[in-house]
This record gives sequence, C-alpha cells and structure tokens, in this order.
Amino acid sequence: MSTATKSLKKQNSEFSNIDYQLKVLHHGVKDQNLDSFSTKLKETNLFPLTTTGLDIFQINMGKMCNQVCSHCHVDAGPDRKEIMSKETLQECLDAIAKSEIKTVDLTGGAPEMNPHFRWFVEQAYKLDCKVIVRCNLTIIVANKKYFDLPEFYKENEVEIVSSLPHYSEKKTDSQRGDGVFDRSIRALMMLNEVGYGMEGSGLTLNLVYNPSGAFLPPNQDGLEKQFKRKLKKDFDIEFNSLFAITNIPISRYLDYLVASENFMGYMQKLANSYNPVAAEGVMCRNTISVGWDGYLYDCDFNQMLELKVAVADKKRQHVKDFDSQTLIDRKIIVNEHCFGCTAGAGSSCGGEIA
Amino acid sequence: MKTYYNPDDLKKFGKIGEFQKPLADKFFSYYGDVFKEGALTEREKSLIALAVSHAVQCPYCIDAYTVDTLEKGCDEEEMMEAVHVAAAIRSGATLVHGVQMMNKTKDVSM
Repeated sequence: MSTATKSLKKQNSEFSNIDYQLKVLHHGVKDQNLDSFSTKLKETNLFPLTTTGLDIFQINMGKMCNQVCSHCHVDAGPDRKEIMSKETLQECLDAIAKSEIKTVDLTGGAPEMNPHFRWFVEQAYKLDCKVIVRCNLTIIVANKKYFDLPEFYKENEVEIVSSLPHYSEKKTDSQRGDGVFDRSIRALMMLNEVGYGMEGSGLTLNLVYNPSGAFLPPNQDGLEKQFKRKLKKDFDIEFNSLFAITNIPISRYLDYLVASENFMGYMQKLANSYNPVAAEGVMCRNTISVGWDGYLYDCDFNQMLELKVAVADKKRQHVKDFDSQTLIDRKIIVNEHCFGCTAGAGSSCGGEIA
Repeated sequence: MKTYYNPDDLKKFGKIGEFQKPLADKFFSYYGDVFKEGALTEREKSLIALAVSHAVQCPYCIDAYTVDTLEKGCDEEEMMEAVHVAAAIRSGATLVHGVQMMNKTKDVSM
C-alpha cells in the first residue's frame, strides 16, 4: 500500500462516488457467483438483521484529519472540510440525555480537530457517559495546541482507542504515511507518561491493528502478545488490549483493492469466511452512528455509503428528532461490504467478535 | 498464454476428491489437523510451511503460505528469514554431498 496526499474526493476519483462503490461491490459478489450478504443472513436465520438494543452512540465529528491513510473508509484528510457544528453536537447531547445510552464513541477524521471537541467531551462526561476517543495518535504531537491532550483525556477519564497497524515502522508508514510510526510512538509515550495503558491506573489505552494489504487480520490474542512484547522491548510502551480489525472494502481501501487487482480475491475470501456467530454479534446491532451533519446510520461504514437508517418517519433519520424506540425497532441496512464484519473471527470497532 | 501453473488452480485444490474421494477426505482431514495449534503455534507452523513451500518450489504453496503467514501476523523480515532457513538447508544439503565427492576423489586418486 502507498499513501496519497489528497482525498479521493479532492482527486475527483470515481471511488468517492457512492453509486460507483456499490456497483463495484455488487459485481465483486455477483460475477464470482457468490451468495449475497442478504442471502447468507437468510441461510443463517439472521435476515432481516435487527437490533439487540441501543448501547453505543458513535459520532463522526468530521472528516478533517491530519493524516491521509491509504485504507481510510472515511476518505478523511486535511482537505476535507466537513465538520460537525456545535448545534449538532448539542443535539447529540440532548439525544444521549433522553436515552439509556452510557457509551459515547467519538471518531472522525481526527475528532480532536473539531473546534468543539473538548467542550463536547466535558459535556458527555458530565452526563455520566463513558467517552471513547478514536485517536490517531499523531494529532497529539501535530501542533502544540494538542500537546496537553493526554492530560485532558485523563481528566475526563476518556478511553483511548488508537490505530497502530504494526509494531514495525515500515508497515505502519506504508499504510498511514511517512513518519507516522515515529510520531505515533512519541504520542504513545506521552499517553503512558500520564498513566494510560499502565496497570492500576484505570486509564485505558487500546490499540487497533488492521492489515496493511489485501489479507485478513490474525488471531487477536496471539497478535496482542506479540505487540506487547515488541513495543515493550523496543520502546518501553505499554497498552491494555489490541483490537484486530478487518479492512472494509469501501472508499480508499476499495480503490486500493481494485488498483492492485486484489478486489475479486478479497471479496471471495470475505464471502467464503462468513461466520454466522460473528454475524450475530455485529456492532450495528447495538450502535447508532451519527454523521457530521447529524444524520443517523447503522454504522460508520453505512454512513460513508450514505445509507441512512431505515425508519418510516424520515425526520427520525436526524439526531435532532432522535427517538430511541424508533431506532431500536429498525431493520439494519446491509450490503456486500458487510462481509467485512462477518469474516472469520468477525470485526467491530472493538476488534474480534466471535 | 498457456502455462503449466495457473494461479486459479489453487482454488480447485479441494476438488481432487472428484477422482478419488476417500483418500482426498483423509488427506484434507489430516492436513487440517496438522495446522491446528498444538505444541507449535499456528503461526510457527505457517512459517515452517512457507519455508518448505520454497524448498519444494511449489508456486501454489508459496502464494498460499505468503498470505497465510501475513494473516498470522508475521512480518516480511520473519518471512524472509524462514525462506533463508529453507535455502540454507538446501545449499547445505548440496554442499554436504561435497564430502562424498571428496571421498570418491580420494578413493580414485593416487
């Protein structure tokens, strides 16, 4: 994999077009005579896919990011200007306050680049929510205004989930850009320094592995031991858990798969690795995903494909008219990219499922 | 262009049972058991398989175990070291026969 400097949108790539992506995905399944994802769900008595509750409120705070990673499903980068407004963030807080939700999961882009990020975290913390931030690490050392983020996270007992695709510089930089590994290591040291990832501190630092290429992730437990051993030995870095996440074939990763002629093989592998146990536990069953403009989706991937939640009353598709029961009663929209979450041990924002 | 090896044939490996099912079934069952976690981890077994694939020079096996080792979390350095192990054994096996050559030379020389 090699990194670009501009988003697909900025490059006017056809892979920034939703209809085109859905068409490519459809052909990846149909042209190989593979069962569609819906058919697989039907065969395993999971269709239509329904919710099991509403526990996690995931907010995409914007597509702006200081990195341009080659696998990014958001197509995030410095040239993306879509940022959630304070008004929409307030609507999110109102929605959380009137629901039973106790976990708020913040993602992006780099969520910290949203000018209202700190205010929002403090408000969510006051609502007695556990706040998870999907921090790309390098943002902490990107500019001095971010240097105190570790302290800020600590004060608000934020759980940190950070991507580090590999403990080797070469593999990490090939996916996330030149110099990202070094900066990530510096940021991890700063997080360790305030107690993150350290035994007994109560401050959680989890890392995310995702494959640097067209293959599935390894067994999570074995890989976690390897990461812990290597990061401790080479840099004296500690962390809590490693989440092994499968790359979902949309946006930049789909572009990479097609360009490298790995797309058909990857789709076949995902479809042939369908695991009904993983399908039963997919994250969309207890999560709601909010886009930068306030619209609601089943997950961050459906959000990027602009597949809004399937509710009869269209105004309920927006966070300002949030209604828990309507969302709990919904049927989840599935498409061929969903094979990415159900392959092998499965994949979610918290790593393996099965 | 026709070649002796076709990458798509790897996907058809499971079909060898069409001509002789009982033996194929026994082979695949044995094969599956061999690669399960045991005294050696699945990761270690995959690296051994990658090295052996090079030693027996099987393109299908090289493709399959390159991806498999990556999916077991191995990095390029580990994978290439495994190939060097295979190369060292192969070259060592050649060179150790040099002793036989030396013995024979001495036998037939004045």
